[in-house]
Parts: sequence; structure tokens; C-alpha cells
Amino acid sequence: MVFIDIGKKLHGIGGEMELKVSLSIKRGEFLVVTGKSGSGKTTFLRILAGLERGGGVIEVDGEIWQNEKVFLKPQKREIGFVFQDYALFPNMSVLGNLLYVRNDIPLARRLLEITDLLDLSDRLPATLSGGQKQRVALCRALMKRPKLLLMDEPLSALDMDMRIKLQKEISLLHKEFKTTTIMVSHDPSEIYRLADRVVVLEFGEIIKEGSAKELFLKESDKKLFFWGEVLDILKREGESRAVVFVEGKIVLIPISKERVSDLQIGRKIKIGVDASTLFIA
Amino acid sequence: MLEDILSIDFTPFVLSFKLAFITTLILFVVSLPLAWWLSQTASKTKPFIEALTALPIVLPPSVLGFYILVALSKNSPIGAFFERVFNIDLVFSFGGLVVASCFYSLPFMVQPLQSGFESLNKNMLEASYISGKGVIETILKVAIPNIKPSLLTALIVTFAHTVGEFGVVLMVGGSIPGETKVASVAIYEMVEMMDYKSAHIYSAIMVFISFLTLLGVYLFNRKIKKIGF
Repeated sequence: MVFIDIGKKLHGIGGEMELKVSLSIKRGEFLVVTGKSGSGKTTFLRILAGLERGGGVIEVDGEIWQNEKVFLKPQKREIGFVFQDYALFPNMSVLGNLLYVRNDIPLARRLLEITDLLDLSDRLPATLSGGQKQRVALCRALMKRPKLLLMDEPLSALDMDMRIKLQKEISLLHKEFKTTTIMVSHDPSEIYRLADRVVVLEFGEIIKEGSAKELFLKESDKKLFFWGEVLDILKREGESRAVVFVEGKIVLIPISKERVSDLQIGRKIKIGVDASTLFIA
Repeated sequence: MLEDILSIDFTPFVLSFKLAFITTLILFVVSLPLAWWLSQTASKTKPFIEALTALPIVLPPSVLGFYILVALSKNSPIGAFFERVFNIDLVFSFGGLVVASCFYSLPFMVQPLQSGFESLNKNMLEASYISGKGVIETILKVAIPNIKPSLLTALIVTFAHTVGEFGVVLMVGGSIPGETKVASVAIYEMVEMMDYKSAHIYSAIMVFISFLTLLGVYLFNRKIKKIGF
């Protein structure tokens, strides 16, 4: 069980704001924190890690990490941290990066096996791809068998295919080690795939909380938008319709009375579709 | 010609290199924590310490030499302390030269180390702390191995700069053969005595050694850049 109740004044892009987060997380839960940039997500993780000072209480499995009297240094907190930019040690091999944390060769080999990296054990980080580097970082973060795994947008620097592959590995490792995890992410598909619970931060405060299903599916007005170009405007019996080039096709779209005046041939327009009318092709 | 070269008294060179070696060693130990602190701190005192450290670059060697001479003389508390406790006279002695050189060459050790440390990825250092490692272990196992070019530059340039010093050495050490008469001072004396032949040989040796040293540094740095760390 993790209990968090912290606060800190931040000087963000939009002036001063107060980060105030109060959460309790079950053991083994996978929590995703999402929200606009500048909402305090990274600072939240850094305070949990002890890399930044913030007021309040953090308690993990009955152990106080910080309160009014206590402040454990990052070294003393049992955490793993995965940074967006991997932050591997360039002077150490893949295996060396893992063993630096703890000299536990069987665990290191098991982690590398799960993430398909065993063949690269002796390679230096500079010779790896982005996806491989982030898998090494993930393994390294688990070497201490942390009570809390923190990940700060770990996949945002990777391309789509690599993200999906890594999402599967994160999920695999989570099932295997059951580490309580807090991940910052912006990617809805990633959140849906991984999160047991989602917390949305805005201006430093939790504005929404729930399962990915509740958050993403129950919003009433789901619309999809496309960009198109007006090729022609047809008028017949007082009704106007626009000929629009969109997604490689030419379609005819009725124009409401209010929009007739500002539509011109050659203009770029945004077209909306109600998600409920979609079907699987 | 060959006889001339063979008959040279190499003592001033040996003295120069001995001085440079000891100075580099002392400065490395002293500068490492200082450079690390400067690279990591957000303290308001940082610019003051930086300015103080860089002072020997801009001060005329005579000014530096003068103050060191005053500080080390028996009339000052420092000089008196050394004489009473260790029974050594720091003025016009090799020990005094070492002290003077350490001040003179300090910025050449601190600055490359500091900029090397500053260039390190902060997240990488934090990853080391989170791994449970303290600052000292992080410096030794993560920071230093990843700033090899800066480290080499600091060591070599400090060494070379100490070999090349003249004004401070002359003021603090004088020119006692075998004790404080280093190569640069020896050359100065030869020119003064119009012994141009010896001055030529000594100077040529200095140019040759200095060039080789610097060439070595740049070749190494090029190789390091290719490997990536």
C-alpha cells in the first residue's frame, strides 16, 4: 500500500500554481498519471523519488519516506525510475548497467531474458537502438526489486511499433514482478492497455480519476475529426452542399445555414463524424 | 653538435617535471571535489568561487608571486607555522615552488573538470543515486569514466602549464641550482649571460616536449569522440 499526500508550490509556464496530490495506491497496482504538459506530472514523480523536496507525507508499505520530520534520500527509498531519455551509464555494458544497481547475476539474466536482450549483454549503450536502450533502462529500474516503480513518459521518444512492443514487455514485467507502478503517459492507447487506474492532473490538482474504460469510453460526445479541402459548392433548391476532398476521397457534405457564408472554394476545413456511427470494415 | 646536446645539464628539466608531476597530483585531489561542487551547486556563492578560482589566469605572475612570497615568508603566520611545525622554509625552496604552482595552475585543473561534470546527463547521475549509490561512488564509477576527454585535458594542461611557468617560480623560488632552478628559469639565465647556444637547445627541447604532449591529448580526444565515450 502506498499513501501519498503531498504539496509544493511550482513556478510553471502559466505563473504560480500549487501541486496538491493525495492518493492511495494498492500493492501491485498500475497507476497512470496523465494531463497537459506543465500540469506537474514530472515534479510529482520527482518528489516521490526524493529528487525534489516537497511538503507532505509519503508512506510505502508502512514505512515513512517523508513527513514533517523524516526525509529519506533517493538512495534510501526503494524505487526504480525510468527516465524518458533512458539515462543509461555509457561506460558500462548492458549487463554492467544492471549489475551496478545490485550484483545479482541471476536476476539480471532473467530480466534480460524477458525483454529479449540476453544476446546484447556485453554491448555498450551507444551501440543500441532507442527501444533497446529503454528496455535496458526498464530492467535496470527493476534490479533493486523496488517497492515502487516510477516511469516518466518512458515510451514517448519511440516510434509506434517499438511502443507497442515495449508496452507488451512492461505489461509482462508487471505481471511477473507485481511491482506497484506509477507511469506518466500521454498516449491513450498505452494508457488503456496498461493502466489499472488513471489520474488526470491539471494545474497541479487531480481533476479526474478512474479506470481507463470509465475515463475514455463514458465521455458522451465522442467525435472524430479530419481535415479536408473544399473543391466546389453546389446549390440546389436553396440547399447548399460542399464537395470536399478528405482522406483521399471526394465526398458531398451538407452545409448548415450558419456556415454557408464563410465557406469558400479552396479552403481547408475540419470535418467531424460522430463516433457512434462508425463500423468495422 | 651531438657533444653539445650530450653535455647538457638536465637537472633543470628533471626539476621542472618533478614540480609539474607533484603539482598535478595535488591539484587533482583538491580540484575534484571543488569542480564537482561547482558543477552541481545552485548556491549564490558559486560565481564568487568561480571568479576566485579563475584569478590566476588573469593576474600577472608577479602579483601572484608577490603575495605568495609574502604569505610564505617567516614574518607571516603561514610561513611561521610551517617553520615551527615542519621545520621547512617555504621561501626559495622546492616546497615553496609546489605551493606557488598549485595556486598558479589551479584554474587549469578546475575548469575542464567542472565543464566535464556539467556536460553529464543529470538524469544519469540521478539514476545512480536512485540505484542506492552515494555521491562519491557516483563520481568515481559514473561521472569520471564519462568525462575522460575533460579529465585528460585537465591533467595534461595542468602539467604542461606548470612546466611552462616562469614568473611565479622566479619570484618565489629564485634560481638555486638543483633546488628551484627549473628549465624556464635556466633558459632565462642563459639568455642573460648571452649563452645563446645552450638557450637554443633548452628552448628547442621545451617546444618539442610541449608539442608532443598537446598532440597526444588531441589525438586521444579524437579517438574518444569516435568511440562515443
